[in-house]
Amino acid sequence: MRREIDISKSEIVISSSTDNLSLVRSFIEYHGRELELGNKEIAHISLAVDEACTNIIKHAYNYSKNGKIKINIDKKKDKLSVKLTDKGSHFDPSIIPDPNIEESQKMKKGGGLGMFLMKKIMDEVEYRAKGKGNELILIKYLA
Amino acid sequence: MADFNVSSREDGEISVVKVEGYLDAHTAPDLENEFNKMIENKRHKIVVNFSELNYISSAGLGVFMAYVETMREESGDIKFSNLKEDVYSIFDLLGFPVLYEFYKDEEEAIKKFR
Repeated sequence: MRREIDISKSEIVISSSTDNLSLVRSFIEYHGRELELGNKEIAHISLAVDEACTNIIKHAYNYSKNGKIKINIDKKKDKLSVKLTDKGSHFDPSIIPDPNIEESQKMKKGGGLGMFLMKKIMDEVEYRAKGKGNELILIKYLA
Repeated sequence: MADFNVSSREDGEISVVKVEGYLDAHTAPDLENEFNKMIENKRHKIVVNFSELNYISSAGLGVFMAYVETMREESGDIKFSNLKEDVYSIFDLLGFPVLYEFYKDEEEAIKKFR
């Protein structure tokens, strides 16, 4: 299954399993290198896309592995954008409040960090609810 | 090849946990299992050696957030050592260095428990 996905294409479709997160990171790394981005930029963008996929798997598909996530990478002038589309339940990550690490730690909870990291790392995070599913666009301004 | 590996050894009452590879939402449950075993065995003084960890996402960071309080309640802690710069920068982005102790090497972290 995994081998059928060609990461050199600008768009891949994966099933909604955390098993595929490493493939997603390889996809971003491949294109980051093709575009001659710096190592730190590549690491940050792949982390943001990993977080986005993790959120979709968790919240839009509620851990069902039967869903699909389409990931498209595109560079226009000095902007790199990664668009993630799914057909799961509506889930707007931008409404998640910033985490209070100290508070969560006292409550012995570990969640709620993904969106915060995405916002810290990327320059723009846009969310749109689609008829059925979600669209999330992560944008990084390239130096 | 496994994306992530976790192993531990005992040094007196201190447990040294070695994490290797990629810690993400797929592999974080392995680390949770390791911490659950330590709690079961009443081992609460933990040093996590990150020297072979190449990557961490929020799912991995969340594991430490979820377990540290249990260790501290039992007079223990989770202390971090040997982080690569890229990995440390993610902890730093989230403000972890204020709430956790980070050390350059494992020995230094172990000493802090003694």
